[in-house]
Amino acid sequence: MGAFATTALATAAVAGGFADPVFDAQAVFRLLMGAMAEPGTVADLGARVAAPAPLVPAAAALLAALADGDTPVWMADPAGAGEAAARWLRFQTGAPITEDRAAATFALLPERHDPVGWASFPRGTSDYPDRSATLLLPVRDFAGGDGLVLAGPGIAAERRVAPAGLPEGFAAALAANRAGFPLGVDIVLVCGTAVLALPRSTRVREG
Amino acid sequence: MRTTAMTAAATPGPAYNFAYLDEGTKRMIRRAILKGIAVPGYQVPFASREMPMPYGWGTGGVQVTAAILGPADVLKVIDQGADDTTNAVSIRAFFRKTAGIATTTRTVEATIVQTRHRIPETPLAAGQIIVYQVPIPEPLRFLEPRETETRTMHALEEYGLMHVKLYEDIARHGHIATTYAYPVKVEGRYVMDPSPLPKFDNPKMHRSPALQLFGAGREKRIYALPPYTDVRSLDFEDHPFTVQSFTEPCAVCGARNVYLDEVVTDDRGGRMFVCSDTDHCGTRRAEATP
Ligand SMILES: [Zn+2]
Repeated sequence: MGAFATTALATAAVAGGFADPVFDAQAVFRLLMGAMAEPGTVADLGARVAAPAPLVPAAAALLAALADGDTPVWMADPAGAGEAAARWLRFQTGAPITEDRAAATFALLPERHDPVGWASFPRGTSDYPDRSATLLLPVRDFAGGDGLVLAGPGIAAERRVAPAGLPEGFAAALAANRAGFPLGVDIVLVCGTAVLALPRSTRVREG
Repeated sequence: MRTTAMTAAATPGPAYNFAYLDEGTKRMIRRAILKGIAVPGYQVPFASREMPMPYGWGTGGVQVTAAILGPADVLKVIDQGADDTTNAVSIRAFFRKTAGIATTTRTVEATIVQTRHRIPETPLAAGQIIVYQVPIPEPLRFLEPRETETRTMHALEEYGLMHVKLYEDIARHGHIATTYAYPVKVEGRYVMDPSPLPKFDNPKMHRSPALQLFGAGREKRIYALPPYTDVRSLDFEDHPFTVQSFTEPCAVCGARNVYLDEVVTDDRGGRMFVCSDTDHCGTRRAEATP
């Protein structure tokens, strides 16, 4: 890579962070906490960051708010197609970027990432189920896809969602994740600046 | 007399981090809260910080509140139901000073209620958050002092000892004598200490539309109940869980079906029962006097 391109990457990494780190982080966290507490609801985190592709703005904002030196972030191809995104994350959060799934606190999944691979992210231990990864999965839209019926904590009776652009086998993977409760991963669907959380406590069926 | 319930936001001094905690600590606590929400009733360890107040003052609850608080929040703090005790007044003042937020004594005006040992009588609404100050988060602690053992018991859902303890109560007293910190089971999975609430308040936790967060500072634990979470007080088929009942209404506002405190009125043994929830009592009085 030439000197010009390297400089451009470095510039991109230092730009586009939170304008107001304290209050942007608080606002993003509070919206995400609401989304986690009420699975299936869509929370718009707002346009608070400008991050390089393939980072979805909502995923970038979430990590800018919650990631740091203690939370390795897994992503695909951080030295290749993901290089600019990896640099941005390192600069903005101080989080180590890892290709080792077992080390991940957060994972930036590519679109339609095969759920078979999710088994190798940390699911916690029976003594410490909190030592588990949060997976950020980009979707095309929060509506227009096949219907899912959600139930469990945070949901008064049932909540219907229909995210578009989910990978094949998504509902079955979530059911398997729920079956392992209290172990499991927590999933945050991201699209544009918005999130929809599916913590491991949520029961999912197609419908 | 009706006092002004809402206190206007003050400008925070420049010497403080917003809400006192540094951003790294907030991030760590925020991540713990999210895991607590994902695994309702499970105690998430966190690296509790020294706070400028003694442990008995609810440093766990204060850290949780500090990590979630934003400039638009309106905070209510109660201690045994009262807004005007030293503890509650100090914590409100702490957040007014360090975060410049507005505070209130009115349950309906609050976005966050931090509490020591009561749940307000006014039902909490969707969107509200209640933060409990927890002294001892481990419900199995008095049965098994070793942390490694209680962790295993939770992992294996080995809650038989807890039932034995409650059953011993029945054998000895004819009923379950535990009236405070009465253990609950969350979503049929984790046994959880609800903090030293009177068991009168336990049913308010069940399927509450509010988000419930618990912070234990000295023991470094955070746990959570998302809205609409199943919270059942432990009991037996032949000895179902019951709450305290009071024969008299509140001597001041006449409320029934609320938790009452016994107040000594003179030195000749005079006493009366009044609402423990001072906002509830005051609001009822104000409404009764046009
Ligand atoms: Zn009263």
